[in-house]
Amino acid sequence: MNMRSKETITVTIDGAPLEVERGTTILKACEQSGIRIPTLCTHPDLSVAGVCRICLVEIEGQRTLQAACAYPIDRPMAIRTNTDRVRRARRVNLDLILSDHYGDCYTCFRNGNCELQSLAEEFGVDHYRFPHVEKKRFEIDAKSFSIVRDQDKCVHCKRCIRTCIDMQKVNVYETANKGHNVQIQVALNKSIADVICINCGQCLNRCPTGALTEQKVKDDVWADIENPDKIVIMQTAPSPRAAIGEEFGYPPGTSVTKKLNAALRRIGFDCIFDTNFAADLTIMEEGTELLERLHKVIVEKDPQVKIPMFTSCSPGWVKFCEHYYPDYIGHLSSCKSPQQMFGAVIKTWYAKKAKIDPAKMTVVALMPCSAKKFECNRPENMDASGYRDVDYGLTARELAKMIKEAGIHLRDMPDEEFDNPLGVGSGAGMIFGATGGVMEAALRTVYEMVTGRAVPFKGLNITPVRGMEAIREAAITIEKPLAQYRWLDGVTLKVAVAHGTANAKILMDRLVAGTLDYHFIEVMACPGGCLGGGGQPIPTSPEIRKARANAIYAEDAGLPYRKSHENPYIQTLYREFFKHPGSHLAHQLLHTYYTKRSRFFVK
Amino acid sequence: MECRTEDVREKVARIVSKHGPGRAQLLPVLQDVMDEFGYLSGDVLIEVSRAMDISIGEIHGVASFYHFINTEKVGRYVVRLCKTISCEMQGKKKVEAAIEKELGIRFGGTTPDGLFTLQHTNCLGMCDQGPALMVNRAMFTRVSPERALQILDAYREGREP
Amino acid sequence: MKKATKAPPRKTGRSRGRLQILLGAHTPGVALAKALRWTPQEVIEEVKRSQIKGRGGAGFPTGLEWEFAAKAGEKWDEVAQQQGNEKYIICNADEGEPGTFKDRVLLSEHPEKMFEGMAIAGYAIGSRKGFVYLRGEYYFLKERLEQTLADLRAKKLMGSRILGSRFDFDVEIRVGAGAYVCGEEFALIESMNGNRGEPRNKPPFPAERGYLDKPTVVNNVETLSYIPTIIEKGAAWFTRYGIEGSTGTKLFSVSGDVERPGVYEFELGIILRELLREVGGENAKAVQIGGASGINVAQKDFDKPISYQALPPSGSIIVFGQGRDMLTVLKNFMEFFCEESCGQCTPCREGSYQLLKGLHMIEEGKASMRYLRELELLCEVMRDSSKCGLGQTAPNPFQTIIRNFKDEIFYR
Repeated sequence: MNMRSKETITVTIDGAPLEVERGTTILKACEQSGIRIPTLCTHPDLSVAGVCRICLVEIEGQRTLQAACAYPIDRPMAIRTNTDRVRRARRVNLDLILSDHYGDCYTCFRNGNCELQSLAEEFGVDHYRFPHVEKKRFEIDAKSFSIVRDQDKCVHCKRCIRTCIDMQKVNVYETANKGHNVQIQVALNKSIADVICINCGQCLNRCPTGALTEQKVKDDVWADIENPDKIVIMQTAPSPRAAIGEEFGYPPGTSVTKKLNAALRRIGFDCIFDTNFAADLTIMEEGTELLERLHKVIVEKDPQVKIPMFTSCSPGWVKFCEHYYPDYIGHLSSCKSPQQMFGAVIKTWYAKKAKIDPAKMTVVALMPCSAKKFECNRPENMDASGYRDVDYGLTARELAKMIKEAGIHLRDMPDEEFDNPLGVGSGAGMIFGATGGVMEAALRTVYEMVTGRAVPFKGLNITPVRGMEAIREAAITIEKPLAQYRWLDGVTLKVAVAHGTANAKILMDRLVAGTLDYHFIEVMACPGGCLGGGGQPIPTSPEIRKARANAIYAEDAGLPYRKSHENPYIQTLYREFFKHPGSHLAHQLLHTYYTKRSRFFVK
Repeated sequence: MECRTEDVREKVARIVSKHGPGRAQLLPVLQDVMDEFGYLSGDVLIEVSRAMDISIGEIHGVASFYHFINTEKVGRYVVRLCKTISCEMQGKKKVEAAIEKELGIRFGGTTPDGLFTLQHTNCLGMCDQGPALMVNRAMFTRVSPERALQILDAYREGREP
Repeated sequence: MKKATKAPPRKTGRSRGRLQILLGAHTPGVALAKALRWTPQEVIEEVKRSQIKGRGGAGFPTGLEWEFAAKAGEKWDEVAQQQGNEKYIICNADEGEPGTFKDRVLLSEHPEKMFEGMAIAGYAIGSRKGFVYLRGEYYFLKERLEQTLADLRAKKLMGSRILGSRFDFDVEIRVGAGAYVCGEEFALIESMNGNRGEPRNKPPFPAERGYLDKPTVVNNVETLSYIPTIIEKGAAWFTRYGIEGSTGTKLFSVSGDVERPGVYEFELGIILRELLREVGGENAKAVQIGGASGINVAQKDFDKPISYQALPPSGSIIVFGQGRDMLTVLKNFMEFFCEESCGQCTPCREGSYQLLKGLHMIEEGKASMRYLRELELLCEVMRDSSKCGLGQTAPNPFQTIIRNFKDEIFYR
């Protein structure tokens, strides 16, 4: 059976022979040959659509042209990618798409990075062949904290639908009506704020035009920077630092942390802190919480306490859980995300230390994430400091624009450090950006807390939880624990990691069925983890995400502190302020709660 | 006709269990839903979603594709007049004008008493005996303006036309 | 067992006027009993020998389609190997082409033939389950069809152990919901799968992966209705009618400016002018052959034959008398496509709209000859690149009506 499926077929492409595995699409075969076929609706992460009719090719003997992305090679054939018939069909289809597209490029957020614009340039479009839409037809939907929809720019590629329904299984979008009235819209044509969108922004990353963009706060941030009364504090997360270079011509997988610090200071941020510090804080709190839960379950046999415990730093995953599995939100860790913990600490402990009035502080978080915009506005204790703990979530794309608006050349910036005392993070905090990173960071600390020894993995690299497979798992048996953790002796700690909400759904359905046998599970809403987040540079692909992950792990390996609990600034914070993880003050500022939501509508 | 949520849930559950599980039953389910409720209201949509484990967006997207699945409220009788060329050539315009005049609404609208909704539709397959129209599932052919008014009267009075 | 093939079919048309082969009387069960005495392969060979092609408009050789489906499941494809043994016969009763109503007549007056054809098809490809996808507009026929099925079951011509053999086959009726595009086989299958009627990418074809991803044969009502006669009287007998490449008879739905509209049965290869004489429409200005997705024929071409090689024989004949305004006719057709397109692919969704818009511009005198050439290029691109037959044929009325009546339309 296996032998037959590896059967190869010889085809010719533009006269040159090529051997391909049976079932390979013509598009992939052309890629193998180094022949470029222009595309629009196809995307490496998504199922085949074959609707834009741009990637057309001619197959000898066939009456009509075929979409290269959708045609699996099942017998020898002669393919032509560059005939007159092909070129004119691609061009006229592009002209048809342009005739329906309203919006000037120079006012569009995707100006310079738009697939429709690129195709128009590639095809030498210099006039509108068909009558063109002259007036705005649709109102912009900007009610959501995270997603803005401009229907006038939709090219009907259906990537958002394939992302939300096939890839993420959140099911917010729909294709409605038919004929020329067909519309790619939010379910029932509601505002996206009124349905169960989890704000993961994966649709933003894959939309080829400016039809879907993030809710933009950069002008508000500029206003606060210009305001002499405001102290604007920036915290930067590891994932955008490993990716924002792509907006400036760096290859994917180049971390530009130190140049970015220089750029941020020149933009006018008063203080630049490292979110990795807060990630370390999250590990301290979450590791402690995990051990408390395990004790309650294993020793006290308390039926109220829920195992497995799920991580809670991904606001997209949290909202997914609240909508689809509201009866199971007790499994979520009560810890806030690093971003939110940081905001609370900055506006309390740091404000006092630096003698700044927290009312005058604006805390901005540079995140790879679009859901963070929603998260910082959640009512569930996200104003624990007495003020909004985090004022703005800024995506990597927005910051890239700010850097360009300020006339700064990122490549020419010198290397600069973070500010202290909140500018040092361990490698464990760094790897939060990759799927599996939170788990690895937690294990590095928890294992040592329990046994007094470092995790038994070479270089502290817990490879079983690394990588891009949908669901990964690992098991560590606790042997010879410290006296106070005697009750864990011989216990095999079973952990799992999932990324993408479709895989979260697999795990949660097993939880509902009673067949989920783990103690601790990391879930990230976005494929790849935060490095694939909804606010990261566009485009995204499996290769790009892998390159970003390599950058993050490489940076971890080179840092002086590799474990959260070793971070001396974390130790100071506890000594001076929180006393110990899980303290009353820690619960007040660093923990949150969740809300059961409907799986149908918001309104 | 307003229903209590529990009634809606029960009725939908009964329809779904009659057809069996699986996505392939969606269209038969929606057609029975049309018979029972007249159109796919928000409440009904939620219950179908719950009973069949299909997202509301997907159900609505499927429903909005088909001309005979009503996603918005319609009158008790939906009059569908064929507007394709053969019926047009046999005098459909006069029938259209007569119906609009009689009911006081244009095609696309619903009478204020909620009795009739007027829609155009494409070829009904009665081209040799046009003009043709449907009222709900009943088919009428060789419809003159007078016959059209007779048909409307009959439905108004609850008779067979 | 079977007679040797007689002389090959004729090369030119010879009309014998109206016939009653399909529309004639029929004893249910004779053909089915005969087929069950053969092997499935022998049944397929007989259908292939008849050279019958799909009567719904696509014109694919029916025997060949059955052969693909019969062999499916033996292929390399992993999906096929997981499929198990289910295969499906679907009768496409979604007749929606403007001017077509022949299937309505078959369904009202001769449904037993269609059901028997389905059973024979099921036997041939190894399927135990058939569906009739009945367009929603024909719901008023459903009860009669269900009754016919009940009668056939009572006679052991449908259901389990048909005629005492080991062959089980039964049919379920599914009703459409008002979408012309669902007459396209893949859109129909998607509709039955509970989705929007959006045609899928081909390959793989339905014979490989169709309803519920299983091998599926989709045949028109008329095609299936011919099968019992072909089996009973033999392929050779069938090929005596029609011409080479277009064997047999065909039903024609005739409407418009004619004295005697209705359903007619003629041999394929009949000359259009002769057909018009039969129906009382000789003075036509133009004839739309094949419905909205067909072609417009002006008087100068009335001497052409109707066959798979010449004027398309899907069966819809709409006759336009001398007084008809062809721009009005054309607008009616293009509006039809704008509404009925499924909307997924660019050339059909946007192209139909631009063609209709172009007609409005022509009407208002705002279209130049140069722009008309752009629209003709658009027609070629729609033909070349649309994802399914709807988009590929939507430009037909535009191209043919404008070609035939350019002066009347353009210089109003």
